[in-house]
Amino acid sequence: MTDSTPAPQPLGRFGAYGGRYVPEALVAALEELDEHRRKAMADPAFLGELTELQRSYTGRPSILTSVPRFAAEHCGGAQVVLKREDLNHTGSHKINNVLGQALLTKRMGKTRVIAETGAGQHGVATATAAALMGLDCTVYMGRVDTERQALNVARMRLLGAEVVPVDHGSRTLKDAVNEAFRDWVANVGHTHYVLGTVTGPYPFPEMVRDFHRVIGVEARAQMLDEYGRLPDAVLACVGGGSNAMGIFHRFLDDADVRLIGLEGGGEGISSGRHASRFSGEASPGVLHGAFTYVLQDDEGQTIESHSVSAGLDYPSVGPEHSYLRDAGRAEYRPITDTQAMEAFRALSRTEGILPAIESAHAVAGAMQLGQELGPDALLLVNLSGRGDKDVHTAAQWFGLLEGDDPIESAPIGQAPDGAEGEGVQL
Amino acid sequence: MSEMRTESSVSAALANARAEDRAALVGYLPVGYPTVEGSLEAMRTMVRAGVDIVEIGLPYTDPLMDGPVIQTAATGALAAGVHVDDVFRAAQAVTDEGAACVVMTYWNPVLRRGVDKFAADLAAAGGSGLVTPDLVPDEAADWLAASDAHDLDRIFLVAPSSTPERLVSTTAASRGFVYASALMGVTGARSALGGDAAVLVDRVRQVSDIPVCVGLGVSTAEQAHQVAQFADGVIVGSALVSCLVDAPDDLDRGLAGLDMLAREIAEGVRR
Repeated sequence: MTDSTPAPQPLGRFGAYGGRYVPEALVAALEELDEHRRKAMADPAFLGELTELQRSYTGRPSILTSVPRFAAEHCGGAQVVLKREDLNHTGSHKINNVLGQALLTKRMGKTRVIAETGAGQHGVATATAAALMGLDCTVYMGRVDTERQALNVARMRLLGAEVVPVDHGSRTLKDAVNEAFRDWVANVGHTHYVLGTVTGPYPFPEMVRDFHRVIGVEARAQMLDEYGRLPDAVLACVGGGSNAMGIFHRFLDDADVRLIGLEGGGEGISSGRHASRFSGEASPGVLHGAFTYVLQDDEGQTIESHSVSAGLDYPSVGPEHSYLRDAGRAEYRPITDTQAMEAFRALSRTEGILPAIESAHAVAGAMQLGQELGPDALLLVNLSGRGDKDVHTAAQWFGLLEGDDPIESAPIGQAPDGAEGEGVQL
Repeated sequence: MSEMRTESSVSAALANARAEDRAALVGYLPVGYPTVEGSLEAMRTMVRAGVDIVEIGLPYTDPLMDGPVIQTAATGALAAGVHVDDVFRAAQAVTDEGAACVVMTYWNPVLRRGVDKFAADLAAAGGSGLVTPDLVPDEAADWLAASDAHDLDRIFLVAPSSTPERLVSTTAASRGFVYASALMGVTGARSALGGDAAVLVDRVRQVSDIPVCVGLGVSTAEQAHQVAQFADGVIVGSALVSCLVDAPDDLDRGLAGLDMLAREIAEGVRR
C-alpha cells in the first residue's frame, strides 16, 4: 500500500497516549462501535455510500486555491495554497466525520445521535446528518455559548435537533462534553454519541481521524498534480485536532514535509489565558476518556482555556497529536488572538476569502512560516471552515458595527461581548 | 500476594454487617462541601447515624459520572478551595470515628499526584481503597501495582451493560467489594430503581464470590431495604449530599437533615 495506515496499538494507544478512561457502563458500547466501524471500513458497500455522500452532498473533493496576493504581501513571498474545507456543505470539515458516524449509527441499529458543540459547527453538522438520515438528535452546548451564538442554536433547531444548554461547570465546551457523556451512559442502548473531534476514548480518536483522512488524501494528490511536488509544510489549526489529523495523516510518511499545528494562543502564553496544550503549563493527564496533554493544575483539576476562537477553546487535545509532538513528527505553535484576527483581515482583503477564526490561526501560521522560509517555500494550509459565522465577532473586533468602539481602544483580550467566535475545530 | 493481605477495614465492615444478617450501608459525601471542616463533621454525623463505610468523594472539575446534586457540591467545594490533601484528612477523620472509608475519585487527580504516592498517602491516613468511576481494570496497571504495594482495596464498577466476559475480568481485578451500578445512568436520586440491580448482582454472584454493593439512584429507606435483600451493601450518595446542598448557608440544619436521613436509611438496611 502506498497509503500506509499504522496498525492500531492495543487499546488504541498512540505511543503512551490515548486509551479508554471511561465508566464501565460505556465499555460495551465502545467495543460495539469499534467492531462495527472496523467492519464498515472494510465493506465496499459502506465505503461506496460514504464516498457518494461526500461527492453529491458534501461537495468533495474540495479544491485547492492558490493565494498569491496574500502570500506576496504577508508571507515573505512564499507560495501558499489553501485546502478549501470551508466550501463543504455546512461550512467546515466537520461534515466528513459526522456523515461517517451517522452511517455507522444506522448500521448499529441505533435511532438517536447526541453531540457536544463548542458554539455550533459540529452541532450543526450533526443536526444536518441527523435530518438527512432520519435520526433523532440532541446537541449539548454550554449556556454561555448558546447565549452568544443564538443564531446557531436556531439553525440546529430548524434542522430538527433539540439543543440543551448546559449550566454546570464553566458552562462552555468541556462541560457540554461532560453532559453528552452523561446522556450517553443513560441512553446508550439506542443512542450513539457523535463525538466531534479526535479525542475521547478509543476508538474515537482513530475513527474520527479516519473519517477526516480524506482531506489529506485529496490534498496530497492535488499538490502533486497541480503543483508538481509536495509542500514543504502543512499547516492546520488544532483545537481537539480533527482537521489537523485529517490533513496530516496522509503526509506522515513524507519525512520532508513539516507538519505544523497552530493552537489558540489566546492573550499570550505568559498571560495564562490561552488554549495551548503544548507550550503552556499543560502536561499529560486524562480528560474526556483519553490520556493526552491537558491544561491542568498541580492537583489534576482542569484549567479553563481561553481563545478568541471557541473551536480552539478546549483544555485538551487529541492523543495522536500528543504522540506526534513527543515523537517530533509534528510541531505546534501558539497563535494569539490578535495574530489570528490580523490573519483573518489579511486573507479577507487580499483574496476575498473569509476564513473561520479557527482556520485563521492556520493562516497566521503560514504568515510566520513564509517569513521564515522565504520565497522558495510551498505551504499548504487547511482552511478548515468559512468565516461567515464569525462576521459578527470580527466586526466587533475591528469596530465595524455602528456604535461600537474599535477593539483597538480596549485592552487586548477584553473583546466586546460575543467576541469568542463559534466552534469549528474541536 | 493478595491472599497474604490483612483484611481491610472495608472488608471487616462488610463481614460485621453480614454477621448481623444485614447489608452494610455505604454513605457518600464529597470532602470540602460546604467547607472542609463542615464536610468532616458531616462524615462523622453519618457514621454516628449508622453508616458502616464512608465513601469520600474527591471533588473534580469534570465529573462525568455525576448528576446535578454531586456536581453542585463538587463545584462548591472547589470554589471554596478544597485540595487533594483534604481527602486524606477526611480519611483520617472517618477512621478516628471508628468507621471504614474508601475514596471515590476520577482518575486524573490520582495520576497527577502519582499513583503510588496517592496510594501511600491514602494508606497512611487509614483509607481502605479507591472507587474509580472512570478507570476500568484494562487501563489500571499502575493502580493494580500500587494497591498491592500499599494493601488497598480497588473497587471497580460493573454495570447492567457489562458483558459476561467483563464481569469476570472486572470482579477478578476488584478487591474489597465491587460497585454494581443499579441502572444505566449517572448519580442522582431516582423514584424507582427497576429490576436491573437484582439481575446484575445475580450475574456477579455467578462468576465471583466478591461482596457486591449497589449504588446509583438509591435515595430512600425503602429503596435501601429493597436493595439490602440481595446486595452485600447499599451505597447512597446524592440523597445524602442533597441534605447539605439544600441548606447551603446553614450547616447545622444540613447536618440535622443528614442525620435524620442517614438514620432512616440505616434502619432500612437493618429492617
